[in-house]
Amino acid sequence: MSPLLRLTNVTYRYPGAPRDALSGVSLSVGPREFHAVLGPNGSGKTTLVRVALGSLAPLEGRADIEDRPAQGWRRQELARMVGVVPQREDNLFPQRVRETVLLGRYPHLSMWGRERAEDHAAVDRALAACDVTDLADRWLWTLSGGEYQRVRVARALAQDPKLLVLDEPGMSLDLKHEMGLFELIRGLVDTQDLGVLMITHDLNLAARFADSLLLLESGRPVASGAPADVLTQETVQAVFSWPVSMQTIDGRPQMIPLRQTKESRA
Amino acid sequence: MKWTLLVIVAVLALAASVVLGPAAVPLNELLRSDIVWNLRAPRALLAFLVGGSLGVAGASLQALVRNPLADPFLLGLSGGAGLGAVIAIALHLSGPWALPIAAFVGALAALGLVYRLGLIGGAALDPRILLLGGVAIGAFAAAITTAIVSLADAAELRNAFLWLWGGLSGASWDAVLVVALYAPIPLAVLLAASRPLDLLALGEEPARYLGADVEAVKRRVYLAASLLTAAAVAVSGVIGFVGLVVPHLARLTWGHRHRALLPAAFIGGGALLAIADTLARTVVAPRELPVGVVTALIGVPVFALLLRRWTIA
Repeated sequence: MSPLLRLTNVTYRYPGAPRDALSGVSLSVGPREFHAVLGPNGSGKTTLVRVALGSLAPLEGRADIEDRPAQGWRRQELARMVGVVPQREDNLFPQRVRETVLLGRYPHLSMWGRERAEDHAAVDRALAACDVTDLADRWLWTLSGGEYQRVRVARALAQDPKLLVLDEPGMSLDLKHEMGLFELIRGLVDTQDLGVLMITHDLNLAARFADSLLLLESGRPVASGAPADVLTQETVQAVFSWPVSMQTIDGRPQMIPLRQTKESRA
Repeated sequence: MKWTLLVIVAVLALAASVVLGPAAVPLNELLRSDIVWNLRAPRALLAFLVGGSLGVAGASLQALVRNPLADPFLLGLSGGAGLGAVIAIALHLSGPWALPIAAFVGALAALGLVYRLGLIGGAALDPRILLLGGVAIGAFAAAITTAIVSLADAAELRNAFLWLWGGLSGASWDAVLVVALYAPIPLAVLLAASRPLDLLALGEEPARYLGADVEAVKRRVYLAASLLTAAAVAVSGVIGFVGLVVPHLARLTWGHRHRALLPAAFIGGGALLAIADTLARTVVAPRELPVGVVTALIGVPVFALLLRRWTIA
C-alpha cells in the first residue's frame, strides 16, 4: 500500500535565511501508523508540516501525498484527505461546539449547496469519537483547554481524512487532559485506519504512544525509527544539550532530565 | 420566523419612505402622484440598494480583515470618493452623472493604492497592512480634499460638505437602474465566498487546512466588497455606520455563518437606510439633513454599546 504522506530527502530554506530550515529529511506515514516528529525549538518541525502539506515547495527532494506532489493538490481536495489541528487559531466570533465541528465538513460541500444529512452524521460521529457529544451545544469559550483540544480534533475528524496532522496538541494541558488526548489519538489510529503525524515537544508521551519517531536538530534528521532506537541517552543529551537518564516503561524509553552537576557543566 | 420579520420590517420601511414626506400626498392618490413616482419611490429603492450593499460589504470586510469593528469606509474608499467628488465640484463639471462618476473614479483610485500597499511584503494581502494603508490613503485624500475646499467659494463649499456627509436627494430611476444592474455582480461574488469567509475567522493557516484557497478568497472579497462600496458612495456619498452596525445586529440574530449573515445584512442594511433617509427628509422639513448625519447619530451610540459588549465578552 502506498503511504499517505511521504517526504523524500526534503530540503527547504526560507527566502533570505542564512541556513536551511530542513535538510535531507525523509519520512513516510501510512494508514494505522502514528508518527511523531520531535526536536528542540527551531529544529524545523513546523516547517516540515508546511512542506509536507504543500504550503511550501521543497527546494530539493519531494513531498508527496498519496504519490502526488503535495503542491499539486487543490486545497479543498487536500482537506478531504488530510485533517490538521494547527497549533494556534483565532476565534474571531463566538461559536458553539457543533458549529465549529461542522466547519470540518466544508471541504465536502459545493459552493452553493447546503449541508446534507450525511454531513450532520459525520459531525455526530466525530463528536462521539472524541467524547465531546455532551459539549455539542456549549460555547467554545466556556470549554477547558483539554475539552477545546478534543473539539478541534473532532473538527479535523469531521473532514473524514485518511491522515491526521497535529501540531503540539498537548501544549498547556494538564496531566489528565494530555494523557486523555494521546489515548484518544492512539485509539483513532487503531480503530479508524487513520495515519497520524504529530509534532510534539513531549519526548515521553511520543515514546509511549507513537509507532515511530523522527528526531530533528537544526533541520537535520538525527535519528528515526522505533522509539527505543531513537531515544537513547547519548542522542537525547546531544540534541537537547542537557544531561538525562533513560528508563523503560511498557517497553518504551522514558527520559528523566537530570539536575546540572559540576562535572556536566564543565 | 426571523426572516419573515426582517422582510416585514423592510417592506414597512420602504412603504414609510414612499408615504411620508414634506409634501402631503393623500393615500388614495399615492399611486398617481408624481412626487411618489418620480421622487420618493426611486429614492426609497436607491436607499435600500445602497444600505443593503453597505451592509454586505461591511460584513464581508469584517471577516476579511478579521476585525469585527471594521467599516467598509475604513479602507480609504470614502477619502478617495470624497476627493473625486470635490474635484468635480471645483471644476464645475455638470450633468447628473458628473459627480457620481468622479466619486467612483476617486474610490477606485484609493482602492488601487490600498490594494497595492496590501501586496507589500508578498502576495499575501495582509489585513493589518490593508487597514493601515486604508487609513493612510484616506487621510491623504482627505488632506487634498480639505485643501481644495479651503480654496473654494461658499456655495461650492456647502455642496462639497453636504456631499461628503451623504445624501440620496440625487436619486432617480436611472441611478436605481444602474445600481440594480451593477450591485448583483459583487454581491454574488461575496455570497459565493460565504464558506471560505466562515473559515477565515479561524485564521489563514487553519482556513487553508480546512480547504479554503485563502489568497484567492482574500483578493476576491476585497475587490468585490470595495467595488460594491465604491458604487454606493458614488450614488449617495459617504454614509457611515450602516456597514458597521448592520452586520453586528445581523450577527446577533443570524450568527456568524455568512450564508445567512450576508442576505440578512443586505435586507437589514436596506431597511435601515430607507428609515434613516425618511428621517433625514422629514424631521427638519422642508429642509433636509444629510443622511450620513442620521446614520452617524443612530450608529455611534449603537457602536459604543457593541464595543462595550465586545470587550466584556
